[in-house]
Amino acid sequence: MTDQQQADLRHDEVEAGTTTGLAAPSVDVTDARQNSLWSDAWGELKRNPLFWIGSLLGLMFLLMALVPQVFARGADPRACDLANSKLKPSAEHWFGFDQQGCDYLANVVYGARNSLIIGGLAVIVILVLGVFVGALSGFFGGLVDSLLSRITDIFYALPLILGALVILRTGLLGRGVVAVAIALAAFGWMTAMRLVRSQVIAVKSSDYVAAARAMGASNHRILVRHILPNAVAPVLVYTTITIGVLIAAEATLTFLGVGLQRPAISWGLQIENGQSLLRTAPHLVFFPSIILTLTVMAFIMMGDALRDALDPRQRS
Amino acid sequence: MGRYVARRLLLAIPVLIGASFLIFTMVYALPGDPIRALGGDRPLPPAVVAQLREAYNLNDPLVVQYVKYIGALLQGDLGTDFRGREVSETIAMRLPVTAKLTVVAILFEAVIGIIAGVLAGIRRNGFLDNVVLVSSTLIVSIPILVLAFVAQYVFGLQLGWFPISGISDGWYSYLLPGLVLASGSLAYVARLTRTSVSENMRADYVRTAKAKGLPNRTVVMRHTLRNSLIPVVTYIGADIGTLMGGAIVTESVFNLPGIGRAIFDSVRSQEGAVVVGIVTLMVFFFIFFNLVVDVLYAVLDPRIRYD
Repeated sequence: MTDQQQADLRHDEVEAGTTTGLAAPSVDVTDARQNSLWSDAWGELKRNPLFWIGSLLGLMFLLMALVPQVFARGADPRACDLANSKLKPSAEHWFGFDQQGCDYLANVVYGARNSLIIGGLAVIVILVLGVFVGALSGFFGGLVDSLLSRITDIFYALPLILGALVILRTGLLGRGVVAVAIALAAFGWMTAMRLVRSQVIAVKSSDYVAAARAMGASNHRILVRHILPNAVAPVLVYTTITIGVLIAAEATLTFLGVGLQRPAISWGLQIENGQSLLRTAPHLVFFPSIILTLTVMAFIMMGDALRDALDPRQRS
Repeated sequence: MGRYVARRLLLAIPVLIGASFLIFTMVYALPGDPIRALGGDRPLPPAVVAQLREAYNLNDPLVVQYVKYIGALLQGDLGTDFRGREVSETIAMRLPVTAKLTVVAILFEAVIGIIAGVLAGIRRNGFLDNVVLVSSTLIVSIPILVLAFVAQYVFGLQLGWFPISGISDGWYSYLLPGLVLASGSLAYVARLTRTSVSENMRADYVRTAKAKGLPNRTVVMRHTLRNSLIPVVTYIGADIGTLMGGAIVTESVFNLPGIGRAIFDSVRSQEGAVVVGIVTLMVFFFIFFNLVVDVLYAVLDPRIRYD
């Protein structure tokens, strides 16, 4: 690997928020110990409080998305009574009531499902696109690489929110959960592509790939059996953090009025609705904001912890 | 060096064209007929509609429309919106607001981020280091949308220290939105500075400086910091382009009449020419600042040579 390639790899990793650097040949991960990287990483993770806080929060929101009834304390988010409009939080109703007099705790809790589905769905599309385009680009190099890299540059120059805003407004995709996820993925796959591309370039020039090729392995086999498994660690870190970023982006798009629409239940819609009532009923903005922040935080904390655990350069 | 810059400039042209074509295609795929919408409740006479469609090239195939658009753009003509106002006029009016917001954000990012990063990096694993690490994780996790409302509520409504919307107080009204806009990058700058400083603190030339008896302060300010700031400066430079594109939310919440807000408004009212014009401008800034940063990198760090 040339110095320039090494620098590119480093740059792409930093860009993606991961510095696991497994593919960099300068890092010797096969030292005397018999432990595999993953068992080392698990040992490291177990001792990291950030990881535990992150995963407990993540688990809680996952349960919230699966069985919101349990968290809503029996209240129905769509059973509303105008007499309760904008009532402040109380012992009975922890989050108070919204403008239509619906129980706010129930509404906020039921919002978790859409956020997590969009985050998960978008990240899957991003991974498929990113790994596919990145692997092709890095593996074949030359003209294929130049072409795919320029296309990536074009998308990269458009900010995520801006691109998603315009494409959602065209109405080509509709306005549902899937539409928002696809819009986010369409303008969010570039970092994954660059990450995979430079990992592949790094591994491609390694000795074991040369050995596999000498033994007559096909392109397909080298790519699937040798190169991709090595790119898993940084991609995993990137994925975890990105779910958080995407959930925040969904709320933002919905807030701007191009994401989910009523009667869907979404934190972005709740914040948008509460905006004009910030003066009189601040709890309408604050509760969905807090839950949204905690959800994003869960994924970012897990990703941070994973990065520290998987980075051999940080081990003493 | 000159060849490197020329090569980068040439590479930037297809990206710029590609990005603007992408936006152009998406914008002109917008549903609904903007000309009809212009008439409101009373439908316009067919002759007027036909004339307007002709004037805005709406009858041509998309690629022809785009080529005509680029042709005009190269002569400095960004077109007009459907109310007959020049797009360049809208940009000239809106850009200073976003530029001021970006300047304030960059200042916050650089000053607070670097100070926090240096304090953390000098003593790794010390108390301050942990404070900076934890708080940067927290700040990165708070979506700008949420942070904007919290800031508006606490500092604007409750404490009354800052105006909550508009730009009527001059630079003062940019402080709060600027801080909000900067928050994510600020945390990142702090982390970047921390890593860089703590790596440099172990370098040989720092040990030499200490060994010859320089006070700690001088070692940090004159030796460590200078070298540690190279990646930070380049990050901040590239961030100018990113922040300009990221101002949509901040400008919406704080009601600032900048280009982010203008894009949002014109996407809603189907003012295609305005959307395409501003987005192309933003992409241009993004590419431009990235290029400047790459060149700056070579100037700041003599070990790097582009040939």
